[in-house]
Amino acid sequence: MSDTRTEKYFGQALKRKEDPRFITGTGNYTDDIVIPGMLHAAMVRSPYAHAKISGINTDSVTGLPGVVKVLTGQDVADAGLGSIPVGWLLPDLKTPAHPAIALTEANHVGDIVAVVIAETRAQAEDAAAALEVDYEALPAVSTAGAAIADGAPLVHDDVPGNVAFNFEIGDEAATSEAFRGAARRVSVKLKNHRLVANPIEPRSSLAQFTPASGEYLLYTTSQNPHIHRLILAAFVMSIPEHKLRVISPDVGGGFGTKIFQYQEEVIVLLAARLLGRAVKWTARRSEAFVSDAQGRDHETEAELALSDDGLILGFRVNTLANLGAYQTLFAPAVPTYLYATLLNGVYRIPAIHARVTGVMTNTVPVDAYRGAGRPEATYLIERIVDMAAHELNMDPAELRRKNFIGPDEFPYQTPVALVYDSGDYEPALDKAMTMMNYPALREEQARMKGQGKILGVGLISFLEACGLAPSALVGQLGAQAGQWESSLVRVHPTGKVELYTGSHSHGQGHETAFPQIAADELQIPIEDIDLIHGDTGRMPYGWGTYGSRSAAVGGSALKVALQKITTKMKKIAAHLLEASPDDIEHEDGVFRIKGAPEKSKTFFDIALMAHLAHNYPQDLEPGLEATAFYDPKNFVYPFGTHIAVVEIDTDTGHVKLRNYGCVDDCGPLINPLIAEGQVHGGIAQGMGQALLEDAAYDEDGNFLAGTYMEYAMPRADDVPTFQIGHTVTPSPHNPLGVKGIGEAGTIASTAAVANAVMDALWHECGIAHLDMPYTAEKVWKAIRDARSQLQAADD
Amino acid sequence: MYPASFDYQKADSVDQAIAALAANPDLKLIAGGHSLLPAMKLRLAQPPALLDIWGIQEMKGIQRDGDWFVVGAMTTHAEVLRSDLPLFPEVAGWVGDPMVRNRGTIGGSLAHADPSADYPAAALALGVQFVIRGPDGERTVDADDMFVGMFESAVRSGELLTHIRIPATIQASAYEKFRHPASHYAVVGLAVARHADGTVRAAYTGAAERAHRLPALEAAVNGSQAIPTGLVDAGDLLGDRFASAEYRAHLVDVLAARAIERLG
Repeated sequence: MSDTRTEKYFGQALKRKEDPRFITGTGNYTDDIVIPGMLHAAMVRSPYAHAKISGINTDSVTGLPGVVKVLTGQDVADAGLGSIPVGWLLPDLKTPAHPAIALTEANHVGDIVAVVIAETRAQAEDAAAALEVDYEALPAVSTAGAAIADGAPLVHDDVPGNVAFNFEIGDEAATSEAFRGAARRVSVKLKNHRLVANPIEPRSSLAQFTPASGEYLLYTTSQNPHIHRLILAAFVMSIPEHKLRVISPDVGGGFGTKIFQYQEEVIVLLAARLLGRAVKWTARRSEAFVSDAQGRDHETEAELALSDDGLILGFRVNTLANLGAYQTLFAPAVPTYLYATLLNGVYRIPAIHARVTGVMTNTVPVDAYRGAGRPEATYLIERIVDMAAHELNMDPAELRRKNFIGPDEFPYQTPVALVYDSGDYEPALDKAMTMMNYPALREEQARMKGQGKILGVGLISFLEACGLAPSALVGQLGAQAGQWESSLVRVHPTGKVELYTGSHSHGQGHETAFPQIAADELQIPIEDIDLIHGDTGRMPYGWGTYGSRSAAVGGSALKVALQKITTKMKKIAAHLLEASPDDIEHEDGVFRIKGAPEKSKTFFDIALMAHLAHNYPQDLEPGLEATAFYDPKNFVYPFGTHIAVVEIDTDTGHVKLRNYGCVDDCGPLINPLIAEGQVHGGIAQGMGQALLEDAAYDEDGNFLAGTYMEYAMPRADDVPTFQIGHTVTPSPHNPLGVKGIGEAGTIASTAAVANAVMDALWHECGIAHLDMPYTAEKVWKAIRDARSQLQAADD
Repeated sequence: MYPASFDYQKADSVDQAIAALAANPDLKLIAGGHSLLPAMKLRLAQPPALLDIWGIQEMKGIQRDGDWFVVGAMTTHAEVLRSDLPLFPEVAGWVGDPMVRNRGTIGGSLAHADPSADYPAAALALGVQFVIRGPDGERTVDADDMFVGMFESAVRSGELLTHIRIPATIQASAYEKFRHPASHYAVVGLAVARHADGTVRAAYTGAAERAHRLPALEAAVNGSQAIPTGLVDAGDLLGDRFASAEYRAHLVDVLAARAIERLG
């Protein structure tokens, strides 16, 4: 499809239109916005993982400079505000109340127990530090495994055993049968540890209330302003939906954490209503660490059944998913419908059975983080497949190749609900292996064995389901929202065009990519087109950006709206050219009569006439704008092969990511430069989990990694120059053929880098599995201990 | 992000600074601010008043004085990095990032005596001298007496570290560092230097409550013997979530061997 494209803009590596303002510091972020007379809120957060709030002495700050108001959980209760809701319900889900300010109990370090509102930010912070709160510490629990143990402290009294849900998928009997007949079994017990997303821009909200009209305005860092409006208006604040306008201006990265509706957004809206003045809050970085929804945190036992010659026969999985202290918007869906349904990977696996237990703990809530369930699934499958290759003494690439679903087997029904619509996995594997010169890497690895530096090669083939999602399907699965997307195309009399999308760009480059689609369809210069997004007061309803859905769903909605525009323009052109609309062709930037190319009208001619309507078809409405709502027919299924090469210093245990190559298939690329940037960032973020990042808690729920002195983010010198390739298998069901690339790098690279480290340790000294992150001491000790065991065995 | 409120004053000369310190014992010195300000923003430090010594011209720059370099305490890491000093340029390259190096100072760092800072190991290995001025005049402190404890140097209340004297006769030197993945501070930093008389001095930082010399390593190298392992006792070291005391002791051995090999 893309190879034969003749479009002028689609497929071009255009520089991003939005970048000049970002790189010159002239973006407009929520915290940049000033409303005259606005006040500032500072949160008082629990230092305890679990504590009874036995008293708040508001008198302790009332005389301090600038203090206007102290809000407590009682103010939230008195205002009759609703609990922050969960947006995706599972059968028998237990959802504890999640008030905007804790009333009687704080349930994690960082839980909000009071709010100080003052004239300046500094005054608010000073008073928040001075506010006297009496806590009575309660027993706390931080890991899922500990939380379900007998006698574990209860996080919430109304969630017995701390179990929020039990989820099961696949055929247990068939899977048991597959294991009974299997010659080989490989099992693993692993942790997929917790992460903090760390977007550069911390969360921020600014609320204003206009009593005369009853209207509220909320600027906030949201990936999906309409979802924020819906939840805040209908479920929490009881505001008529049309009286709340949510604007999400420039947003400096989201990675999932800015999907959800948080306590602070409710607080600034409530405060603005109570005080009659605008109220702003912006997270300090140390607040972000204990209040942004965190990611991953699975404890899993899994087993793979294989034949002697390496055919996968069955896969069973038992996962404990740590949900944290409350359930935010997508929390129950992430470890179930975005994880368990992906456990088939790219393989022909006849039988799969998985159980997932959702567990409440005294930790920051866990929700979608870049990849959301799919990185966890990919890591598990690809880790255990690599372990199987080692056990069976097969090359990991060959074991994968042997089990790939073939290109002629699509649509492919997996045992875990999904129907893969398309795919061709072997060319991506071959291309990646050629690109990285895989045989030479294996030779190098053999040469380095036993030396001070050893080499590991991690190869993974993966798939993801993104482009969320067919509304009817997700509705059946418990989603309380539709998952279609909207677009409005507005052509002005001068032929200048505004596109509106319900998608939101917070780093994805929509303002460039969407006009690329439109410029081709309308056949006008891209400079004449702008994209508007992020304002419920301007856009048609939309569901926002997450799950790599913007291009596949939002882009498709745009394509449909654009087609409505060109169809109407053909009618106007036909009238002006005195021909039938069927005889009008739109070529070379003009509308002309087929076979009589000398008679034509320009885009501008028709745009103007649509607005003048002087010489106009009788039965046609004037004006030139069109809205489309596009509901996808299926998920899209990007796939690929990633290869990581690590070098380990056996004297120190330090792991260096030396090379990284990937071949992704996300369908045709709208803008290869943007796609490559998404892959770069994604790989860095994924390798961060494998080697560096660890949102660690102690067993009492104290957060141990709340600053950048402790939480290791990947930096430029932690990653090599990436080698990037593509294969192109278009999605068969959307009008652009596009899939998604926003999460692929993250989904794949954690597993690839982890497999590379374990490949090195397996070849060097037979270590089958270690949990991430592969910090130096952990690796050094593992090598030392394994070598001494091998030595002892030799002696 | 928002420190507690504080008073601020600025000194333009060493005398002015000494007088200000004498007048107000609550004054906390601020140089480049790259250790103090983050602590203040997290409210881990809440000094009531700051005395800014960044602008004192007589404490800036590097001069040669016979067999010594005399380095103003307010000389930035970036200036150190570009200088002809022994070892310090290499070590400065490990400090922070370009923004930190353009603002942070050699004297601020050394007087702060962060147990994970890089410079103290170099100072001990090179045998630098610290010129400290106070109300009673000037005194010189040897490197071996400078680092007293965790965040505690020989600079007393009311005093100012004005200059660092670094030997200009060093034959060879090396710094090996294993850095913390998050902070990039030294988990272990190990410095070695061969002096004019051919003897080698060695020191480590990052692993203990302060930087220390490595007598066992010096004795082995100066006695032309093989370098032993177990140069330091893990029982004397600090441990944390990322690196235990046992691991740090091991790293001292590894980095010592690497540094000595680089000395040639």
